[in-house]
Amino acid sequence: MLEDLFKVVTARFNNDGSEKSAETSSEKLFKCPRCSESCSPEEFTGNKWVCPSCGYHSRISARERLSITVDKDSFREYDKDMSSLNPIDFPDYEAKISGLKSRTGLNDAIITGECTIKGEKCIIGVMDSHFMMASMGSVVGEKVTRAFEAAAEKKLPLVLFTASGGARMQEGLVSLMQMAKTSGAAAKLSQAGGLYITVLTDPTTGGVTASFASLGDIIIAEPKVLVGFAGRRVIEGTIKQRLPEDFQSAEFTLENGFADMIVERKNLRRTISHLIRLHRPYKEVDIIV
Amino acid sequence: MSEEMNVTGAEDITDAITPYERLEIIRNKNRPTIRDYLPLIFNDFFELHGDRLYGDDGAILGGIGRLGNIPVTVIAEVKGRDIFENKASNFAMPHPEGYRKALRLARQAEKFNRPVICFIDTPGAFCGIAAEKRGQGEAIARNLAEFMVLKTPVISVVLGEGGSGGALALGVCDELAMLENSIYSVISPRGFASILWKDASKEKEACNIMRITAEDAVNLGIAEQIIPEPEGGAHNDPEMTAENISKFLVKTLNSKMKKDIDVLLNERYNKFRKIGVFSETSENI
Repeated sequence: MLEDLFKVVTARFNNDGSEKSAETSSEKLFKCPRCSESCSPEEFTGNKWVCPSCGYHSRISARERLSITVDKDSFREYDKDMSSLNPIDFPDYEAKISGLKSRTGLNDAIITGECTIKGEKCIIGVMDSHFMMASMGSVVGEKVTRAFEAAAEKKLPLVLFTASGGARMQEGLVSLMQMAKTSGAAAKLSQAGGLYITVLTDPTTGGVTASFASLGDIIIAEPKVLVGFAGRRVIEGTIKQRLPEDFQSAEFTLENGFADMIVERKNLRRTISHLIRLHRPYKEVDIIV
Repeated sequence: MSEEMNVTGAEDITDAITPYERLEIIRNKNRPTIRDYLPLIFNDFFELHGDRLYGDDGAILGGIGRLGNIPVTVIAEVKGRDIFENKASNFAMPHPEGYRKALRLARQAEKFNRPVICFIDTPGAFCGIAAEKRGQGEAIARNLAEFMVLKTPVISVVLGEGGSGGALALGVCDELAMLENSIYSVISPRGFASILWKDASKEKEACNIMRITAEDAVNLGIAEQIIPEPEGGAHNDPEMTAENISKFLVKTLNSKMKKDIDVLLNERYNKFRKIGVFSETSENI
């Protein structure tokens, strides 16, 4: 199991074209793309895929995210088999989707379901940037909407881990409309008094930032992740100058008033469960002696 | 001009005009903008300014006026026709304060039981440092969410360019109409070509596969009505185009205003709720 994860991690960095560091033993080391320090894959994985030297929070798959977030054996997946069709007959879209399915083991860019986090029952959704940069097409839009609706119906909190390159161009206008659909569902959950927590992970951009990711009652971001509306290159093209390094970082988002807090990955489980507990109906709160 | 003639004309044009030709029509420098249509469609119009939070965005115009006898709130993206107009309206690319002004006026409309009429005409929300700092994503998201539950009828009309989230921010409505030659797209055809083929000059090819015309939007269940334009495009007869828009608005408002608000809101939610194409079987591929 751990070995499999290790394979995924090294494969990812090899794909990125990053240099492999010298190996002290037969095992391949994780080399941080930010600080260039190395550590063993076990240490890296054990540290929840965060660089032990500089705290770089690497992108992780939805399965990996679930493994470090939900209580053991508590996760029940929703809409597992939902899969994209080709609404605007986009050339080669089906082939692209089926290739990604076999490569990632996912049916689209999000996993949703219900679980407990430190005993707190909630609906959870995790986007996965390895599937077409977690762009939002019909499947992401529908699963997110159903998650909002389930949260309202079952009176459970909703926690969404967002990551996305934005709308899925291959689904044309249909993908744009998912922004309205998901935001409308968020508005309805809000009217029903439901708690919605967003965790912005790397990268949260475009149509997802301009819809449900920005609508959380409480918006958490992982440190230094990319959060923004327009792509960096698009803005640089418009203003004809280079943007500073920290532009559109989690810290930039917090400073400008669009996130509530930055929380390190190792503290997320505790933070989320505490926040959920604070939103329990008053009568259910245990009397503290 | 009789209504019949318009309709016949529309059918002829639809067969003949390619999506790219429509793009050329809406880029015609004489294409009417909301500033042309306002006095032709509304009476006693008062422009209202500012989002009460940061500033006043010239890319989005708002105000109150009368459509026939009905007091309405008008919210519109403003294209310019020369460099001065475009400077004032930032080429119809709104900043967050534009969307927040729109939301302020929509809530005001809700308070006074006025219907809201939105006119969409933008290449997209502005992409820049200030827009990011002031939360472009949040501003659009908030409009999508709040318009979905706004307790008054909302009608939107795409006049020319319906560019991406910047257009959709005024597009959560009970009924969407598009002028015959207008387009509505997830990204500009140029942006599409540059992302997909790394070549922005392939705009024409992009237009032809993106499904961006009014007819496409109707077929995809996203727009309800196509408003006919005079032959060759709206610039050939702005008065007739304005009259066609007015007819659509009066008819649609009359039917929407009669509805119980909860019914209307359910229908609005379901109009968007049902958009999406997917399968739910366990078979792979």
